[in-house]
Amino acid sequence: MTGTRYRIAIIGGGPGGLSAAAHAARLGISHVLLEGSPAHANTIQRYQKGKHVMAEPAALPLRSDLEFDAGTREAILGAWEQGLARQQINVRYGAEVTGIQGATPEFSITLRDGTAVSAEQVILAIGVQGNPRRIGVPGEDLPVVQYTLDDPDEYRDETIVVIGAGDAAIENALALARQNRVLIVNRSDEFNRVKEGNLKLVMKAIEDQRLECAYKSSCTRIEPASDGRRHVLTLAGDQGESRIECDRIIARIGATPPRRFVERCGIAFPGPEPAALPVLSSRYESSVPGLYVIGALGGYPLIKQAMNQGYEAVEYALGHTIEPADEPLLAAKFQVLPFILGVDDTLALMQARIPVYSAINPLNFRELILGSRIAAPAAGEVIFLKNDYTNSFFTILAGTVEIEVGEERKSRLTLGPGQFFGEMSLLSGRRRSATTRAGAGCVLIEAPRREINRLISSVEGVRRVIDEHFIARAIQTSFAPEASYDDLKAIAASARLRRYKPDEVIFTEGDEADSLHLIRSGSVAVARDIGGRDVVTSYVAAGNYVGEMGLVSRTGRTATVRATVTTETVSLDAATFHQLLEKNPTLRDQVQATVRRRLAENTRMAGQPESGDLISFLMQQGLGEATDVLLIDETLCIGCDNCERACAETHAGTSRLDREAGPTFAHIHVPTSCRHCEDPHCMTDCPPDAIGRAPNGEVYIRDNCIGCGNCERNCPYGVIQMAAAAPEKPGLLNWLLFGAGPGPGQARHGSDQGDKGPKKAVKCDMCRDVGGGPACVRACPTGAAIRISPEKFVQLIHDTTR
Amino acid sequence: MHQSVLAYGRSRYLWAALAVCATAIGAYVLDSPGVPRNGGTWLGYTLGTLGAVLILWLMSFGIRKRAYASQAGTVQGWLSAHIYLGVSLLVVVTLHTGFQVGWNIHTLAYVLLWIVVASGVFGVLVYLRYPRLLSSNRGSQTKDQLLSDLADLDARCLRVTAGMPPEFGEALLANRDRTLLGGTAFALLAGQDRSQILLPVVGGATVLYQALPNPDQSALLDWLGQRLAASSDGGVSRQLQELLGLVGARRTLLGRLRRDAQLKAWLEVWLYVHVPLSFGLLAALIAHVLSVFIYW
Repeated sequence: MTGTRYRIAIIGGGPGGLSAAAHAARLGISHVLLEGSPAHANTIQRYQKGKHVMAEPAALPLRSDLEFDAGTREAILGAWEQGLARQQINVRYGAEVTGIQGATPEFSITLRDGTAVSAEQVILAIGVQGNPRRIGVPGEDLPVVQYTLDDPDEYRDETIVVIGAGDAAIENALALARQNRVLIVNRSDEFNRVKEGNLKLVMKAIEDQRLECAYKSSCTRIEPASDGRRHVLTLAGDQGESRIECDRIIARIGATPPRRFVERCGIAFPGPEPAALPVLSSRYESSVPGLYVIGALGGYPLIKQAMNQGYEAVEYALGHTIEPADEPLLAAKFQVLPFILGVDDTLALMQARIPVYSAINPLNFRELILGSRIAAPAAGEVIFLKNDYTNSFFTILAGTVEIEVGEERKSRLTLGPGQFFGEMSLLSGRRRSATTRAGAGCVLIEAPRREINRLISSVEGVRRVIDEHFIARAIQTSFAPEASYDDLKAIAASARLRRYKPDEVIFTEGDEADSLHLIRSGSVAVARDIGGRDVVTSYVAAGNYVGEMGLVSRTGRTATVRATVTTETVSLDAATFHQLLEKNPTLRDQVQATVRRRLAENTRMAGQPESGDLISFLMQQGLGEATDVLLIDETLCIGCDNCERACAETHAGTSRLDREAGPTFAHIHVPTSCRHCEDPHCMTDCPPDAIGRAPNGEVYIRDNCIGCGNCERNCPYGVIQMAAAAPEKPGLLNWLLFGAGPGPGQARHGSDQGDKGPKKAVKCDMCRDVGGGPACVRACPTGAAIRISPEKFVQLIHDTTR
Repeated sequence: MHQSVLAYGRSRYLWAALAVCATAIGAYVLDSPGVPRNGGTWLGYTLGTLGAVLILWLMSFGIRKRAYASQAGTVQGWLSAHIYLGVSLLVVVTLHTGFQVGWNIHTLAYVLLWIVVASGVFGVLVYLRYPRLLSSNRGSQTKDQLLSDLADLDARCLRVTAGMPPEFGEALLANRDRTLLGGTAFALLAGQDRSQILLPVVGGATVLYQALPNPDQSALLDWLGQRLAASSDGGVSRQLQELLGLVGARRTLLGRLRRDAQLKAWLEVWLYVHVPLSFGLLAALIAHVLSVFIYW
């Protein structure tokens, strides 16, 4: 199609795209905004009604021609709708883009309907949600097929086919089955890769015949039925073809991540990892000249960031130079620095000085520094203590840092400018392995774990350097405190990083002992064959090693070791390990002491096979990755729920634990409550990076939570809820004498009408703001509730099975 | 690790309570007031004051338990002290009376004290014994899971009866609707089953249904057994056998639910004596103290 060539085409009508289009419109630039769905801000449209949308980061000023402030979904969408009309933005809905060809000034954008749009420059703001994956059979575009389900209660007495076997498909099918006849189509012969809770629910619904399931079936075509109203879906399965007449087809077969589309446009990525971000200049320009990438796709998941970038990208596309909106924030951060330089110059100096950061593109580096803390601690000041649970990553910009290494000798390792430390806890999620103090003239950049993990997955150079150091330092800490870094490098070169899935066998009893495994993250269960039965004899946490027994005794493996959760180990081959032992007699003694201790433990456990069952049970509950877990002894618990009440009373009216829920074995009950994982699942995808970890291990959520619910979905243990804070309670006397409001331990007014206030994620924070330790444990009258770390499991098991 | 409330802090409050008792008994034995021993002597006042202070402190446990943010020790520590010092109160107050009792407000306070302490001791015994029974009875399931299993069994029963003569559907539906869990306090504590069922009355052209007691599903199981014995239709016999299996499972499940409710009731019922009477004791104590001072 020939037609006007726009100055700027903007793809994606979310916050970033809208803001870009609004700015282009205000400047009077010819532009078009292409949005694949029928309305603007598709992702926000799908939020539940009345959801409160936050405007984090609060410190960042908004720079956009559209309004945006924290408020309800409706208020925000309404303001944008008005802005769209007022600014006379040229928007085309239902224009799904399938490809972008060319480069500036001649881009050709092809749409799903086969037409094309040409533009001089393109701003890509499509987010990371991706388009729903299509069924891929004739008839997939018929109106009977839908790819989303907003309100399952809208449909009644229909025959509905749900295609897909993931969590979304199951949740939709179960909700629809309440008042419809529902068939769920599963390509496989079981439901795998779904949440435990959903699996149970769907299997039960199928067993109760509330839901039908076609296993090992796939859809081959969809066509209108003879009555002209319904449709016929043809399924191919084991027993041949079957035809199903239905009123509605809902396909929930996931979304195509935008990565492939983006790559087809010619945009380069630094590596193959799914989390890698496209290569961008400091002006959001991708490797394709004239093609700009903004918002979540470029690694900026927050609404305000995306809106600012939309504005800035238009300015950059027009060749203007503007100061980014975050400039004053960086300038404020740089005040502690001893350099009188502008923001850009300071950033350049940092990248030049710190090799691990040199390979990062300036835009990502700017973001990293924006999220980092810059500190100039006084000489001798403690940066972190050994056994702290923090997991940030430090680089030295100026001065020195001293690390206390070795057990008793307190020898010190001095690091200078450009070097880094803190990678051990960053990668393993375990406690700090050594105390670190500032030296003279020390200036540090403390980067939060999330930012560094993003870099590790997108910049190969960063990953390699950090991994090499990790291996060398892990070996140093465990086996060779006296060795020099060069010696270690040689050993580290022969070491291998290995990754195991939950339940994967690391080595099997009776195998040849060819290597030693240092557990870098996760944990393992050690099991032995006792009288033909696999008995778990111990649990080994990250930071320790396994496999020494077979190596020292030069016999085969004496036990089978399995990963309890996703586990990474550094493995040393037998020859290297024996060399280390020969060089270092102290180490030989240490390893032999470990062997003796473990042998004694094995003998004790072999006499109590039931204790092995209890370890297995605890590991099955995912406690292998816990750092602090609430356990209830059911022989003491009177079910008074004082623990839950204490939790609610000390935490804005919502209990973060559910005493009764959760499994029990041998009278040990694991209630639904946060176990503060080593490598917290909840932290994986938090847009405002609101989930933090305190030195004593607790994983907590800060006030800048935007209530998106990602952590709730990512937690495999169901311990995070979305809740609004309940109103304050009246004083005790007011309640006692005048009956004002709810009394102690009673539910607060308003906590059941949670829509009133903004809902945020809440979870156990180990009562960090209460003092005196966890309120649940302190409120237990009978001593049934305790919180322990996994190191104490062996003691617990010994006590319980005695 | 886990520790019983009696063993809390190496039973430090047991030793404290024993020390209080030993001191009180020692002082009582050594004391020779010259008049018959009673609450009005120097030692009598001392013991009385100690007793009154202890009562006030013991009652403040109710406040501490609800002061959820309090950092004044743990609730378990407080309960341990509450138990041991509460029992020691019997010794202190008995010595305070000088073994003089009568039909008056003073003895009323003393009797109330005994009832409160005795109910408390009963509570301790229940707390020590019943949680283990509760846990064993429930297995690894929660009450909600047991209830959902019950609903599940009911649905399966009704699915089986869908293909049978109508009286089976009626009976099983009535069985579901007339099953009682709990009921009166007595039924709850005794674990009684007062469930009923509607079963067809034999004879006559139209089928009439009569309400019958059905403890532990016995009436239904009997009726199903009779029908199975009389059945000559292979299909119906198989369905009856399936029903018998399901109703048997239902009986077990109901038994567990009833036992669960019973144990929980016993864990709570003593508090209905202990707490109100302790307030009664407080009132009697105030009357006792005032009357002693006013009518001195």
